Amino acid sequence: MGAELGKYKSVVSARSTDKELLKHAQDGGIVTSLFAYALDEGIIDGAIVAASKEFAAKFPSKVMRDNSNWDMIEPWRPIPAIVNTKAELIAAAGTKYNISPNVSMIKEATRSFGLDKVGIVGTPCQMQAIRKGQLYPIGLRDVGDSIALAVGIFCMENFPYQSILQLVEDHAAMKLESVKKMEIGKGKFWVYGKRGQVVQLPLKVTHKYEQPGCKVCLDYVANLGDISTGSVGSPDGWSTVFVRSKIGDSVWAKAMAAGVFETQPMEKVKPGLELVSKLANEKITKNKATVEARKTFGVGKALRNPYI
Amino acid sequence: MADKITLGYTHVSGCTGCTVALADNYAGLLTLLDKYVDLKYMPTLADARHIQKVDVSFVEGSVCINDKLAVEEIKETREKSTIVVALGGCACYGNITRFCRGGQQNQPAQEAFLPINELIKVDVFIPGCAPTPQMIRNVAVMAYLLLKGTKEQKDLATAFLKPLMALPVQGTACGASTACFCDLMTNVIDQGLCMGCGACAAACPVNAITHEYGKPQGERDLCIKCGACYNQCPRSWFSFDVVENYEAINEAIMAALQ
Repeated sequence: MGAELGKYKSVVSARSTDKELLKHAQDGGIVTSLFAYALDEGIIDGAIVAASKEFAAKFPSKVMRDNSNWDMIEPWRPIPAIVNTKAELIAAAGTKYNISPNVSMIKEATRSFGLDKVGIVGTPCQMQAIRKGQLYPIGLRDVGDSIALAVGIFCMENFPYQSILQLVEDHAAMKLESVKKMEIGKGKFWVYGKRGQVVQLPLKVTHKYEQPGCKVCLDYVANLGDISTGSVGSPDGWSTVFVRSKIGDSVWAKAMAAGVFETQPMEKVKPGLELVSKLANEKITKNKATVEARKTFGVGKALRNPYI
Repeated sequence: MADKITLGYTHVSGCTGCTVALADNYAGLLTLLDKYVDLKYMPTLADARHIQKVDVSFVEGSVCINDKLAVEEIKETREKSTIVVALGGCACYGNITRFCRGGQQNQPAQEAFLPINELIKVDVFIPGCAPTPQMIRNVAVMAYLLLKGTKEQKDLATAFLKPLMALPVQGTACGASTACFCDLMTNVIDQGLCMGCGACAAACPVNAITHEYGKPQGERDLCIKCGACYNQCPRSWFSFDVVENYEAINEAIMAALQ
């Protein structure tokens, strides 16, 4: 196991000790608990998360109002939002499986939302955007130093909203508004209904609906997060957590001391780090091949390579 | 200090916003001037205003080609500087001055403005309107390391500055050197590279970019052609060698300014 897992100081299998919170969380409640703790301790004074239409209706001042017709926003469409309390965090918890442009709020969070210490959760590419923004803050004045905690989530690929619509309503034959939870795990895409019904789709079905921009991504485990987390590698209800940066190390140590999480050593759990490593290598190998193939995509004409 | 690099600041048709951004480094600017940079001339912040021979010159603003003095100044800047840095959207891409049609007082005949890259060879771009104090600071520290640093520091500075040095030669979507939202459309979205992170919308100084179903949508009538969206995008240019070391580089820059 090497570069595919990025740099990290420690890795554990963890879950939140807050049983109430776990009811709302995707897996081990890592992101929600970590932000709740960081808010309580003043490590952050707000966090940018992926919320939903229901959240926006309940907390209208916590989302950016643009010209969209809000009545037409669909269920399960992610809306970036600022949360300042545990209640707001819980209202926004859970994975949406389609991209939420969380980074779009990173500047406004420090302006009209008045945050000095911003928490943000995002995919590996969003962590890349944040770190590029700290080193090359071309349009992000005073933002870099305000990022107090960036939590990355493992990501094999993402979907545009319409793909989720297609998968849930056409393939799984469920109405989006009746869906309680979606999940990718054990090689399947799972859709859980509010009435208790469960539909599973083979991942093979989902591949053609992945967003094209993900096919050149060379990061699976959010190498650039302060802390990164995902369910892969840990038992059901637990999450694998990489602690990567000095900030991440300090926040994680404080949270552990405060009893926010219970942990198990990674070597003791099944399926363990080997699976994380295997999937990371699969993603990176596949996508490196895509980047390579783009060089000879046309006849003597290449598609652009973003990596220098 | 003998080891300082010399810096000049040429101000052509710019609003002084870039100057203000530089000054907004506050104590950081004083440390830069104390330790690393000998400011030879600058219209706003130094007594000497005329162009001299320097290691690095920052240029703010585009050049009005109807203004003989401005054209002479930009040429002289090139002749007397080792490295020319286009500072801000106007110098890099024309920015808001692209929209000038003349008729303004007190020089109604001055109507044609070009980014400096169309008149002289430019080495480094710092896009954005205004460029941010932190970006100017980072480039200044890296320019110092490139010219005066150890071998290791020179390598780091080269890697850091490489994408900014590529910008003057690579051209933009709308031809010539006009930046706009089209750069994102043409070189990122149409190339199948956009994954909807949101960085462009955050970077836009005029809030011209929103996200529709997770993908950027530009209100092109609002776009001022500053180049911030495209250059902030992690899929426009991205160096793993540099960005994966973000922690160490940030620390080194902060330590340099202590």
